[in-house]
Formats: sequence, C-alpha cells, structure tokens
Amino acid sequence: MADHLLEVRDLSVEFHTAAGTVKAVQGVTWHLDRGETLAILGESGSGKSVSASAVMNLIDMPPGKITSGQILLDGKDMLKMTAEQRRQINGKRIAMIFQDPLAHLNPVYTVGWQIAEIMTTHGTAKAEAQSRALALLKRVGLPEPEVAMGKYPHQFSGGQRQRLMIAMAMACKPDILIADEPTTALDVTVQAQILALMEELQHETGMGLLLITHDLGVVAEIADRVVVMNGGRIVEEGGAAEVYRNPKHPYTKKLIDAAPGKGAMPEERDRSAQPLLQVENLQLSYGAFKALKGASFNIMPGETVAVVGESGSGKSTLARAILRLEEPDGGRALYNGKDLVTMGARELYGLRRDIQMVFQDPTQSLNPRMTVFQLISEAWVIHPDILPRAQWKERVGELLVKVGLSREMAQRYPHQFSGGQRQRIAIARALAMEPKLIICDEAVSALDVSIQAQVIALLEGLRREFDLSYLFIAHDLPVVKDFADRVIVMKSGQIVEEGPVRQVFENPAQPYTRALLAASLDPDPEVQARRRAERKEALPA
Amino acid sequence: MTETLKSAGEPPKGRLTTFLKLLWADKFAFFAAVFLLIVVLCAVFGPLLLETLATKQNLRGRNAAPFDLEAGWAMILGADALGRPLLPRIVVAAQNTIFVAAGAVFFSMLIGTALGLIAGYSRGRAAQMIPRLGDVIMSFPSLLLAVIVLYILEPSVVNIVIVLAITRIPIYLRTARAEVLEVRERMFVQAAKVMGASDRRIVFRHILPVVLPTLLTIATLDFAFVMLAESSLSFLGIGIQAPDITWGLMVSQGRPYLTNAWWLSFWPGLAIILTTLSLNLLSNWMRIALDPTQRWRLEMGGRKNG
Amino acid sequence: MKQFIGKRAIASAVSLVGLVILVFFLSRLTGDPTDLYLPIDASQEMRDQFRELNGFNDPLIVQFGRYVADLARLDFGQSIREARPAIDVVLQGFSWTLSLAAITMTLVTIAAIVIGSLAAFNVGGVFDRITTFFSLIGASAPDFWIAIVAIVIFAVNLHWLPTSGTGTPWHWVLPVAVLFIRPFGLILQVVRGSMITALSSPYVKTAKAKGVRSRPIIFVHGLRNGMLPVITVIGDQAAGILNGAVVVETIFGFPGIGKLMIDSILQRDFAVVLAAIMVSALAIFIMNLLIDLAYALLDPRIRY
Repeated sequence: MADHLLEVRDLSVEFHTAAGTVKAVQGVTWHLDRGETLAILGESGSGKSVSASAVMNLIDMPPGKITSGQILLDGKDMLKMTAEQRRQINGKRIAMIFQDPLAHLNPVYTVGWQIAEIMTTHGTAKAEAQSRALALLKRVGLPEPEVAMGKYPHQFSGGQRQRLMIAMAMACKPDILIADEPTTALDVTVQAQILALMEELQHETGMGLLLITHDLGVVAEIADRVVVMNGGRIVEEGGAAEVYRNPKHPYTKKLIDAAPGKGAMPEERDRSAQPLLQVENLQLSYGAFKALKGASFNIMPGETVAVVGESGSGKSTLARAILRLEEPDGGRALYNGKDLVTMGARELYGLRRDIQMVFQDPTQSLNPRMTVFQLISEAWVIHPDILPRAQWKERVGELLVKVGLSREMAQRYPHQFSGGQRQRIAIARALAMEPKLIICDEAVSALDVSIQAQVIALLEGLRREFDLSYLFIAHDLPVVKDFADRVIVMKSGQIVEEGPVRQVFENPAQPYTRALLAASLDPDPEVQARRRAERKEALPA
Repeated sequence: MTETLKSAGEPPKGRLTTFLKLLWADKFAFFAAVFLLIVVLCAVFGPLLLETLATKQNLRGRNAAPFDLEAGWAMILGADALGRPLLPRIVVAAQNTIFVAAGAVFFSMLIGTALGLIAGYSRGRAAQMIPRLGDVIMSFPSLLLAVIVLYILEPSVVNIVIVLAITRIPIYLRTARAEVLEVRERMFVQAAKVMGASDRRIVFRHILPVVLPTLLTIATLDFAFVMLAESSLSFLGIGIQAPDITWGLMVSQGRPYLTNAWWLSFWPGLAIILTTLSLNLLSNWMRIALDPTQRWRLEMGGRKNG
Repeated sequence: MKQFIGKRAIASAVSLVGLVILVFFLSRLTGDPTDLYLPIDASQEMRDQFRELNGFNDPLIVQFGRYVADLARLDFGQSIREARPAIDVVLQGFSWTLSLAAITMTLVTIAAIVIGSLAAFNVGGVFDRITTFFSLIGASAPDFWIAIVAIVIFAVNLHWLPTSGTGTPWHWVLPVAVLFIRPFGLILQVVRGSMITALSSPYVKTAKAKGVRSRPIIFVHGLRNGMLPVITVIGDQAAGILNGAVVVETIFGFPGIGKLMIDSILQRDFAVVLAAIMVSALAIFIMNLLIDLAYALLDPRIRY
C-alpha cells in the first residue's frame, strides 16, 4: 500500500459526558495526498471535526479518549509520538484555521506578533519572522500590510481576520492545511474570496487541504474528494462530483435533497388588493450612523416577502423598526391602514397579537428558565382575551403537535431540545398569538441544512393553513428561492432591488444582486466548475 | 438499584428533591449546608434553651480547661473568665451573630437589587443617578463610617444592621445593574416585548429570575463578609456590647487571657471560620446548581466541577 | 485619556466633598472633646478657654465655614491630641499603611497569580484541589482571630517574633502575614476562575495548533487575558488595606492610618479624622487610575 501524506485509519474517539459516554467518531478512515482537497461534510453532531482535532492533538483528554486507530503522517503513527514531537508538527507541517477568527485570534496581541510567533516557535530568528510576517500579510491581500502588523484583531473585518488566520497558518509553509468551517460566519461575497485565496495558495505550495464543512456549496466549489459523515461514522466517500450525481447512502441523498434553492419558484401573486403592511420611507439611525436610509415596500395578505442582504445591510434593523423594538426616525409603516410608527403604547399592545417574530437563535430567544408550557402560554397571560385559562393545556398540546413536536414535551426546558426543535417551539409561541404576519429574522440560518428544509416546510404549511404573511429575512439567497413570493435586496441600509422572486433570480436588474447571486454557491459541483471557468474568462489574462 | 431506576424513568418530583439530590452530589456543599442548618437552629432556639446555663457564673470554674469530661457536657469546650461554660455561650451567641448578618444581607440585597433593576432597566435619569450613589457609598471607608455612626447612635443590633446594610448596598446594585443591562438585550426579552408584555412583566418574569441566582450566590458569599465585618466591629469594641454576646465579642473578651487560656478566643473564632467557610462552599455550589446549563456538572456526580 | 481622568477626578471630588460634609457634622455630634482633654477638676474658666481656642463655641455652620476657608489655604487644622498640624500626623500614619499595603499586595499578587495559574492549568488535579481548599479557608478566616492566634504561637510561645510595635523588619512579619491571608484567598479564586476561562478559549486552541509550548501558552497567551478580571479585585483589596487595616493595625500596635482614624474618632480629634479621610480618598483615587491604566495597557480593546 502506497503511503499517503496523511492517513487516518480506523479512528474511534469517545467523550465522557453527563449523558454517559458519547462515541464521537467510530472507525473513521480517510486519507489526504499532496495537492488535493478533501472535504469532510457533515451536520452538527456528525463528528466531522473530531478526526481533525485528533490530528492536531487538540482533544482534551479527559473527557475525550482515543479508543482505537492510527494517524499516519508520511507513514509514521502520530498517536505513538511524544507530546513534544506532536507539538513540533503542529504549525510547521500541519496548520489549522477555524470558523470564528475573532475568537481564535488572541485579542491582546498584535497580529504581526501572532504571525511571527508561529515562526519563532519553530525556530526562525525574530527579525526574519517579522519580515516574513509582513510578506505574508501582503500575500493574503490585506490593505496597508505595514500598518496592519501593529494592529489588533478587533480592528479588522471578519473577512480580513480570516485572511490573517490563513497568513498565520501558511507561515511555516505547511504540507497540510486543515480548515474547519473557514467561511461559515462570512458573507457570501467574502466567502468566495477566501475560498479563492485558499485555492491559490494550494496551487503555489502544493499542500494538501482538508476542509471541514456543512455546506454542499463549499464542497462543490473547492473539493476534489468528499467524505460524508453522519452520527460519527463515514457513510459515503468519493469524488465530489460523483457523490453529488450518484449518492448511494440514503443520508447523502437526504442531504443533497435538502439543499435549498432547487424547487420551483412560486408564481407571481395578484397584488391589487389592500396590502397588509405598507412600509413607506422607513428610516432609523444609531447616533450618526444611518442604519436604515428610507425603505419602502408592501406585503400582501398571505404573501411571503424575503429581505436579503449581507451583514450590515440594515435588514435586521428593518424588522426591528417595524416591530418598534427600535424607534424609527421617520417614515411610515401602515398595518391595515394604521401607522405602527406613530402608534401609542395601548394601541400597539393590541396590534402585537397580529405581528409576531421568530428570531435567529432559538437558544437565546427562549427564556431558559421557563418550561415549554410557560413559554407558549405566556401569549395568553399577556393577552388574556385570546383563550380562557381552562383551555391552555389543551391548546399548548395542539400547537406542539402542529409544529411537529409532541404533547408530553410541554413540561421540559428549552435546553433539553435540539436546535431545530427549539425553533419549532419558537414558532409555536408565535402561533399562540394567532398572528397575521410573522417576521422571521434569519430564522433558519443557525440550523443544519436538513433541519432548515424541515422548518421551511413547516412555515410553508402554516402559511397555507392560517393564511399567514411572512417577512422573511435571510443572508442566504438559495434559502428564499423556493419559498418567497417576492425578494427585496438590501445594501448599506437601502433597498437596491425589489421584485417577484423569479424576476430577481433570473433577471436581476442591479449589479449588486448579480454579484450576490454569482457568489452564492450551488451545491452542484458541475455548476460551480462552470461558474469558476466563467469567472476566469472574465478576468483579464 | 430501585432508586436509580426510578430517577431514570420518572421526571423529577419536586424542586426540593431535585435540589437535595444536587446538594448530595457535592459532598463539601452538603456538609456545609448541614453545618449551616445547625448554626441557624442554634441561632433560633439556642437562647431559649441555654440562656440561663450560658450566663451562670461559676467562680470555681474560671478559665476551666476544655475536654474535661467530668465537668459535664456544657464545659466540654472549657469556661470563660467568669466560669461561664463556653459551649452554651457559643450557641447563644450564634443568635446575634447570625441575625445581624442575616438582617444586613437581607436589607442590602432588597434595596440594592431594587435600585439595580431600576438603574439597569429604565432609560431615564434614574439610570444615571443610581450608579453614582453606589460609587459614593463605595468610596466611603466603610469601617470608619460604621465607627462614626455607631459612636453617635448607640451600638445596638438594629443600628449595626443598618450600618452594615448601607455599606453593602453597592454590591447588589452594581451586580444587578450589570446583569440587567446584559439580560435586557437578550433575545427572549425582545421576544416578550414583541408579544406586548408590560415592563413589569418583563422585569419580574424574564429578567429577575435570570439575575436572581447570581444575586443569591453573591448574597451567600456576602453573608460571610458581613459576619466578619460585624465580628471585627465587636472585636474592636464598637459593635455589639456586653452583656449581649456575639462570636466576635467573645474572641475579644478572651484576648487578655490568650497566654494562659487560649480556648476563650479559639472556639468562637473557629465557629466564625467554619460558618464563613460553609457559606463560601455553599456559594460555590449555588453558582453551578442554580444555572440550568451548568447543572449537569453536579448531575454527573463526577469530580470535574471546575 | 485626559478627559477620562478629568471626569473621574470630578466624580471623586464630588463624593469626597459629600463625605467631608457628612463626617464634619456627624463627628461634631459625638460630643464635645473638652472633657476628654482637660483634667476632671479643670475650672469652668479653663474649659471656656479651651472651647474658645478650638472654636467649639461658634455655631456648627460657622465652624464649617472656617474649616473650608482654612482648607482652601491647604491648612487641615490642628490635631488636639498631638498639638501639631493634623496633616503631618495623618501623612506619618499614611506612610506606614502605604508601606504595609505595598508589601502585602505585592506578595499577594505574585503568589496568587503563579499558584492560581498553575492550579487552572490542571483543573481538578491534586494541586488544584489543595490550593482551592486552602484559599477558601483563607478567604473565610477572620483576620483578628488569625492575628491573635499567630501572636500566641509565634510571639508568646515560640518567641520568634515580636508581639507588636515597629522598629525592626521582624515587626513587619506578622502584620504582613495576617493581612496577606484573606486577599490571597480571594484573588487566588479569581485568578483560577479567569485562567480556566482563558485557557479553554479558542485562541489558546489556535496557539496549540501553532505548536506553541505549554509555558508560553499559560503565561503569554492565557495570563494576559486572564489578568483582566483579576486587576479589579486586586484594586479592591488594595483599597481595603489603604482605607485602614484597622483590626491588624490595632492588634499589632502598628501606627498606620486605620489605627489613627479609630483613635482620633474615639478621642474626638476631628481635624485628624477629616484629613485622614481626604488623604486616603486621594490615595484610592490614584490607585483606581493606576488600575484603569493597567487595564488599558493589558487590553488594546479598551480606550478611554
């Protein structure tokens, strides 16, 4: 058997936790060669990061324990090496970058120092390390690299910080780069740039790239081969394109089916009736910063309007302004003809019933000290006229069943549920008010793809059943493609494009919309390969 | 065996049983709680039962040495300079010691928390003024303040409680305010606002329950601090005055006899240490047990509660 | 930065003015010092003269006005007890307390940081559990009790150290040791907690992935972050000693500002009480500024 650059054989890792021993990965085997990109694809809890942590010796033992297997680097078993030998490999031969670069950079040291540190640690003289660090900052494309050397991590943007992490990882010219969800927290346009940078660097150095991701689009864009993990085991592996075309394992099929953006786009609705919500020139500033510079649009009864934009585009501010969680500076928001912006507290209280909100992170939007029953029935405590107390228990049970949970769960606390289940609870809570309009602020962004698809299906079903309207805020274009009737694209506090979903996706009028569409990754590797080729042609040679 | 099966199969019966189980999981905290329970019982019933015994002078038993079994159980820890048995005296002194601390902690927590909630939640002028008040109190040398006030007013139990309570208000005020400022921005508070919940409901139903465990944990710790402060005042002769007794005063009364009768000061001092240590241990336990997301550390029953 | 210092100075000055007014009038309520300073058989004439001399005959508000006017000329009044300027008496006491606080807090800080960091590196280990237990006992012990027990053991029985007073370096050992215990226990707990947080943070994971050795991970990556919450507690504890380690100073007969304040109140030596309050308030103000400065030096995210 020919030696691979890095090979993990039959690796099993378990963790001792409150619930007993958890087998994080079982019998995992994969390999990585020079110059290739291997993606480990999986949802949260699949164990996709565990084998990489084992390679880097980052598993805390205890509570973790490697129960079987080998990790071979150039044929030598790393698990048999001393801690000092492992330390010398880390950073020098194998480097790693992480999902959240702000948290993973030390906040109190300059980035120049942190990049130089990896070289001095591995024996480079200080002065040389400094000049190489500067060269690296130039290479990863940071503006004003000399100034950047003396700055601290919090002074950079998210995309720049990931460039810093990459510069640090590349400092010792490693043979292998492990990237754990490197673009997950980034805007799509920035994600495309970071992936391109990693690919370029791989071509320059010939390193092996191990990419850990939950995103089929990222696999399609960059991976040669893919390993699909579920429940701590590898369920499928093969060439990225091959796995997408002919998935063999049912889990892989489910995952690919769940990828958003493949369904039929809904037809345009009749919009001649009286709108449910009419927003006119809505504005909001935080001090001198204009977060919302005048937004106008309508929502018809039973319609789903999606607001799409990158971070800082003002899309969440829009939602908060309509709900009066922040006080708008100007403009109007007419709900059934009544202006929400100028409405007094008493009248607003009455209207709260009609407009509800589902937040991004259900972990935070549910009070951790209340049971599910208390959470849902709170609606009726605040608005006693909705339902007499005698019927609360029955109605909570009904709502739980409606959102796909069971009646018995009413006495549990939120932390006893999974992320997807929590979001269902949050939806049940919104439904308890019997609203007409639900504002979903990134309501599915924090969820795994397969869960995402289920929650969207649930929202879609509820819309039909109760004739609800949604204002659906998202940063991810494919998610809204087969769900929304209309799409609003926002940038820097302004609406840059608005129209029926088909028109926006098929004939975007604005260059920014086109850029967003181009940067968002398609789960199909062939589509991505075609787009990459187009991009290369577009660049002047 | 049946026990484990039950606990696995059924949902927990009541809050009390759950908490007792959690307490049992941390043996240090369990014994601390048992000890504190004994101290509280002493404080409540001690004077009723032992008052006469504790104040009976016995000139033949002056500075009697401890561990003399023939002299009877009351003399097991020895006797003081007037021949009064130490053990009953310590039991009786628990009342003043515990009540002063409890009173001061209760009032400072009540007032401090109320001010902190207002300062953290309202956006009006009160939100700006109240923290300043805390700063002013904090910048007072608290022991000095106590000395002056107790020197003017007479050093009665009530006055000592008032003085100590005032000096501890900023602790709760600052903590409550900081926590409220953070919790106020959490998503579940926003969710309650979207549902149309009143300010009162948001404060008492959503914010206070989240803030309260932290405050209770601090209060437990502060109980120890206040007890030490009261003991210091009594030791310096400006706290509780004889014939009333507290542990701090007993230490002070034994001081002249240190060289020939060390037990006079030693036992009450030990009572103070064991009580404050128990409070500290209990406070550490509460920090984990009152937080639903941390509680598993205790439920594991493991030793990894770091 | 200048603006920040200015704001802080104004806030401190406002509360100091309040404090001085409060103490001025409260202390006058404790009674007339005449009886304390004159012999019991002093004639009414002598008493009147004493009162006149010290200005106790005027209405309180006039006395206060005079006091403020004198203050404006940096005259803090006379100490009745020692018959010399109150400020001299106070500064003398303060210099003792300052030395005591500086020595104690230096030792506490070094010991708590080193031991706490090492305990945090191996949470749940033998070393960690032993230090946690002893630091809890330290934080729980009443200092007056420790002091008298220490005197019995080391001074009375073993004759190793003097019981009280000043003079030789040996006189400092017991006061410093007793003052050391509680802040050490408290700060050790905070160091341990904040180092556990720091060492389990993502940037430490990055450092491990870079191949950084264990010692720089603890003392370079961990400690500078872990120090931030610790500094505040160090400041609070130091302020506690500066405000007068009354108990320890009293027991060991140490002529610091805490003992001075208590004695002056009991003796109704008002000018000294007020001067002592102002001096220690100024010291605490400066120390808080230093704490804020240290914060800003350690954490680049903080700008004043």
